[in-house]
Amino acid sequence: MAEQIKAVALISGGLDSMLAAKVVMQQGVYVEGINFYTGFCVEGHTHAIRAKDRAKPKRNNALWVAEQLGIKLHIIDVIDEYKDVLLNPKHGYGKHLNPCLDCKIFMVKKTLAWGFMEERGFDFIVTGEVIGQRPKSQRKETMPVIARESGADDRLLRPLCAKNLPPTLPEREGWVQREALFDFHGRNRKPQIELAQSFGFTDWAQPAGGCCFLTDEHYAQKLSDLWRTRGSRDYELDDIMLLKVGRHIRPAPHFKLIVGREEGENQYLEGYRKQFVALRPLSHKGPLCLIDGTPSAADIELAARVLARYSQGRSADHVTIVAEEPNGVARDLEVVPLPPMEIPTAWHV
Amino acid sequence: MSSPPTPILETLDARGLLCPLPVIRTQDTITNLAPGTLLDVLATDPGTLHDIPAWCRVHGHEVVETEREGRDIRIRVKVVAT
Ligand code: SF4
Repeated sequence: MAEQIKAVALISGGLDSMLAAKVVMQQGVYVEGINFYTGFCVEGHTHAIRAKDRAKPKRNNALWVAEQLGIKLHIIDVIDEYKDVLLNPKHGYGKHLNPCLDCKIFMVKKTLAWGFMEERGFDFIVTGEVIGQRPKSQRKETMPVIARESGADDRLLRPLCAKNLPPTLPEREGWVQREALFDFHGRNRKPQIELAQSFGFTDWAQPAGGCCFLTDEHYAQKLSDLWRTRGSRDYELDDIMLLKVGRHIRPAPHFKLIVGREEGENQYLEGYRKQFVALRPLSHKGPLCLIDGTPSAADIELAARVLARYSQGRSADHVTIVAEEPNGVARDLEVVPLPPMEIPTAWHV
Repeated sequence: MSSPPTPILETLDARGLLCPLPVIRTQDTITNLAPGTLLDVLATDPGTLHDIPAWCRVHGHEVVETEREGRDIRIRVKVVAT
């Protein structure tokens, strides 16, 4: 009996990678999925944080795709290793801080290391890339770059656009029939949607900008601000998670306020109280605010005045704010809410 | 007649982590557990109520109990040979 051919498919949670995996499954190949968590992924947790989104179903799209396909999915934590990809991208950034080309090379390389170990014994890798789909990372010229620099070479199959590329090992070996692969290109989504329909898929995730926050303009601004003001381009997981939450207001390079925008965010910020100076209005209802950086007593007072502005006491003469140090020492501050014109737009990160 | 052996019960504390980290930790823990072992995953992200059962379904493991008290979530998984 012929040996079962096995492929590992990169599953982002979007439609293209779902289709690519399905196409090779249709040809009798055994497929398992792999998904990487960089810390920047647009995930269910933003819904979990923001109370207003809680009515929406919270699902991990990659897991959901795996379930639709009936395949195993391995989710890999690459938070630490990804730093080097983001901080030193050999091929540069896309429109914002997204190092898409280096990111893809990294993910294929990781997949190779994961799946081609002897005990796992996968034969080739599948991705949902389509030539011309993304301006920088999915071009005809970048396809061989990813294959080469990841080390996957011709063990990397892109079933949705394979007919536009030279035959790969799985095609030459007859593990998959090239004729049954596709020649999709460009930004037109119609062929993918038709293919999805032909497989009977009726639902799929449609991420707006991309699969991660690095393609988001506002997020990229907040990350640049963090690097600039710290004087070093580094980050911890907590830093990048906190950039997804709250209003960020920076009165000076050495400190910024993170103000919850609603109850879900306040609860989330609660979890960080022990790492930051935390402010909360006492005399009026209002959000929780964390101060990131090294604020002086005067800075904390200024922060309290800004926070009073976002409390229900915004028009009151005075608002009492309790300021708690990370060590639990708390003191009350009676402050006058800062008038809106004294909060320059430039403070809003 | 001998009674069936009591299954081993392990605990994974994933409280304070946001999805998909609790799922990743569950996955990495289960890789090293023998079939039949029970694993209690403690978590606080409500997303785990959805994601951990989904992960178990795709890998063939069994969620045998789910408990929620305020923010605290406990999901008991039975490791199945896959
Ligand atoms: S959008 Fe983000 S996750 Fe997707 S390829 Fe680009 S950098 Fe990587």
